Amino acid sequence: MKRLTRYFGISVILFFVIVLSGCATTAGKAFEMNESQVKLRSIQTRAFDTTDKQKMMQTVISTMQDLEFVIDKADLVLGSVSGSKFLGYAIVTMTVNVRPRGEKQLLVRANAQYGIKSVEDPETYQDFFTALEKAIFLTGQKVD
Amino acid sequence: MKKNYKFSKLFVVFLCLGIVGCASIPKGFLKPTEASLEKKQLQMRQYDTINEEQILTAVAGVLQDLGFNLDNSETKLGFVAASKKADATSKGQIAGAFFLDLIAAAGGSHGNAMANCDQSQVVKASVITKPSLDEKKTVVRVTFQRIVWNMSNQISKVESVNDPEIYQKFYDSLSKAIFLEAQKI
Repeated sequence: MKRLTRYFGISVILFFVIVLSGCATTAGKAFEMNESQVKLRSIQTRAFDTTDKQKMMQTVISTMQDLEFVIDKADLVLGSVSGSKFLGYAIVTMTVNVRPRGEKQLLVRANAQYGIKSVEDPETYQDFFTALEKAIFLTGQKVD
Repeated sequence: MKKNYKFSKLFVVFLCLGIVGCASIPKGFLKPTEASLEKKQLQMRQYDTINEEQILTAVAGVLQDLGFNLDNSETKLGFVAASKKADATSKGQIAGAFFLDLIAAAGGSHGNAMANCDQSQVVKASVITKPSLDEKKTVVRVTFQRIVWNMSNQISKVESVNDPEIYQKFYDSLSKAIFLEAQKI
């Protein structure tokens, strides 16, 4: 009899473990960040010595097209451009944001995602900014 | 002996899973390549006008003529995006799959090659217009992408369209719409 109650207790505990673990949501996974936010921001951002937002955005679009992206969205007021590109079976999506910094500069921030992973490799972003610099004849400065 | 065979099979499956799990983000995919320059020539044309608005309206018209729905646009940046759903079945592929299934049935097993046949596709078009460097002409660049679904509603293919004929057809229609001849770059 004693044994039976012990088995019963164990199975009740197991039952609760299974039911409760089923309640954990995965929503938090979508908001996880691997690198520290500040570090990531400096990897993804460059400042350019120009105030011509429209020209900068047109150059960003051209550069993205040269990198075989298809532009999905663009908005001059927000200063954002989104595009996607296929690499085999993976989809790469990128959003580039252009906004003024002070009176004389523009900040360009690029966010890339490879499939379901966000790209956090500094070299990959440097490749993009190198291409952008060539197209706009300006050098981007790293910002903290 | 048979057991051994099973074990090696299991090992291969395990290896496959292990390798897939290790797939990481490739480097250098944001670097311009030779191939992307070739594509630029394919996708780009110049028109002898500085009236960007006229070209953009014509682009929207041509896309609609080709059966596309406009998804997004920003006239100030010279941008129009459109998409179109279309049939993707090819008689050859279906006939081949039917034959395969027939062989499988004759051999007494269940084959379902038919489910892997392409069924439908979505073609995305994105057009950018901008003034040329000397600001005397307008440059138009269109890019097409397509996503293909098979009979069991899974994505079977994603690719950018690289067929010169498709691009030529688009620019022929555009030239007609604005009474100007497209110049290759």
